Amino acid sequence: MGSSILILTVFVLAMFVGFEVITKVPPTLHTPMTSGSNAISGITIVGAILAAGQQVSRLTVVLGFLAVTFAMINVVGGFLVTDRMLRMFKRK
Amino acid sequence: MRAALVNLAYLVAAVLFILTFKGLSHPRTAARANRMGAFGMLLAIVAALTDQGIVDFKIILAGMLVGGGLGAVLALRVRMTAMPQMVALLNGFGGAASVLVGGAAFVELLTLGHDPPARVVVATAASGLIGGLTFFGSLVAWAQLEEFVFRGRPVLFPGQKLVNGALLAACVALAVWLVFQPEALAIYAVLVALGAVLGVLSVMSIGGADMPVVICLLNSYSGLAAAATGFVLDNTVLIISGSLVGAAGIILTRVMCKAMNRSLANVLFGGVGAEVVGQAGADAVYAGKVKAVSSEEIAMVLDGVQRVVIVPGYGMAVSQAQHAVRDLAQLLEQRGVEVRFGVHPVAGRMPGHMNVLLADADIPYDKVLEMDAVNPLFEQTDVAIIIGANDVVNPAARTDAHSPIAGMPILDVDRSKTVIVIKRSLSPGFAGIPNPLFALDNTLMFFSDGRNAVLEIIGAVKQAA
Repeated sequence: MGSSILILTVFVLAMFVGFEVITKVPPTLHTPMTSGSNAISGITIVGAILAAGQQVSRLTVVLGFLAVTFAMINVVGGFLVTDRMLRMFKRK
Repeated sequence: MRAALVNLAYLVAAVLFILTFKGLSHPRTAARANRMGAFGMLLAIVAALTDQGIVDFKIILAGMLVGGGLGAVLALRVRMTAMPQMVALLNGFGGAASVLVGGAAFVELLTLGHDPPARVVVATAASGLIGGLTFFGSLVAWAQLEEFVFRGRPVLFPGQKLVNGALLAACVALAVWLVFQPEALAIYAVLVALGAVLGVLSVMSIGGADMPVVICLLNSYSGLAAAATGFVLDNTVLIISGSLVGAAGIILTRVMCKAMNRSLANVLFGGVGAEVVGQAGADAVYAGKVKAVSSEEIAMVLDGVQRVVIVPGYGMAVSQAQHAVRDLAQLLEQRGVEVRFGVHPVAGRMPGHMNVLLADADIPYDKVLEMDAVNPLFEQTDVAIIIGANDVVNPAARTDAHSPIAGMPILDVDRSKTVIVIKRSLSPGFAGIPNPLFALDNTLMFFSDGRNAVLEIIGAVKQAA
């Protein structure tokens, strides 16, 4: 039970950090922020790698492969497209 | 020791993600912040790959190549105008990845004969429900944005709220059942399937201009699904990253709702835009009062003015007019005109959509002003040029308490000396109502496709000189 509370604590505190940091993002950057957060939600790749690599059963391998694929689309696609956008924002 | 190092790497990755969002607080630091996030992700991936439970890397490598390739192609080929569709897809894929990872971990536990604790079952159910809903809801949002289905208008059927509510209740009941009978994998499968149906039904009743809210909400769900998966795996980097994304989506959802003066419930269930005011209602507002002008007349109006504000809307994106708009702005600036851009928070199909298009056309971001910054300027503005925006400049929001957009903060373009509206026809915007702005004494209508109109005006201004 101790670990449950600990992990819940991390979740709640991270939400607060998120609110603090993200309210400071200006509207100009809201689109790149959204695509950047898509990339960051690709962190599920970490769990996907284990599911695909541990090969517990055929089903978990299939699920793991699909998970790695989807997460990787988000990671690569998200960071790349965000970079494309942010490089356009410049002052003259 | 190894486990400690892996967790340390995860911690560093989580910190880098937080710094990524922090760096996004200014356009100057944003690009570097994004690369920092990418580095954090690389670190987390390398750490995960060192796990000793991995018996085979072929499947992992295959998934990474396929996913990475698809992601790169999507990211490099998408047009800036289509960014909302791209983000809708990525929201969906994030949700899908969460369901798959949560599901795989759950199946693994059962296959190995472990009895999953209630906490893990609840988290698995949550990631399955939210993830399934996000994936299928996002696919509908994507199809709506591409206008493959429903022509961008919401689809309502009687008892829709009741059906959605019943589905949600059924999902919760299934989750509780799963806690008591975790080995019944079928319950989990049905739960995810119902989540998928709920995703489709709840998104299809929202359309067009309400899309910014849907995109933000699904973005938030995709983060929460990842956080739920973190609870399944007992993995803090997933929880932290997921809650950051969840928070980002919630904040943006709130900003969007406020910019429309509507509650989230009204956006989700209100079905605004499903009905369009008929010809009679439109005639009452427009008849005999609309002045259509040519590009030559506009060139004359623009001759000798000092201050111009350009207000872009979704129509600018549709007609890919941003580069022509930049040329017009530069032409006017060469003649000593001060040109600014005014962007409404819900202009376009996602938050910041217009800003990205203007940046794509090399328009410096310090000339692009938010609603609160630009509204005081209209009193001293000689000409406001509206390109493909409608509801966000509709003064009925201020004057007509019975209007569906009553109370919505708008760009006060009607306070400038002259208003030029570039629009294909008098057809209503997403709210489905006529716009009294088009009938004002100081409004000139230029009926044309956005890009062609701007190009014609540029030609006429050059000719007049």
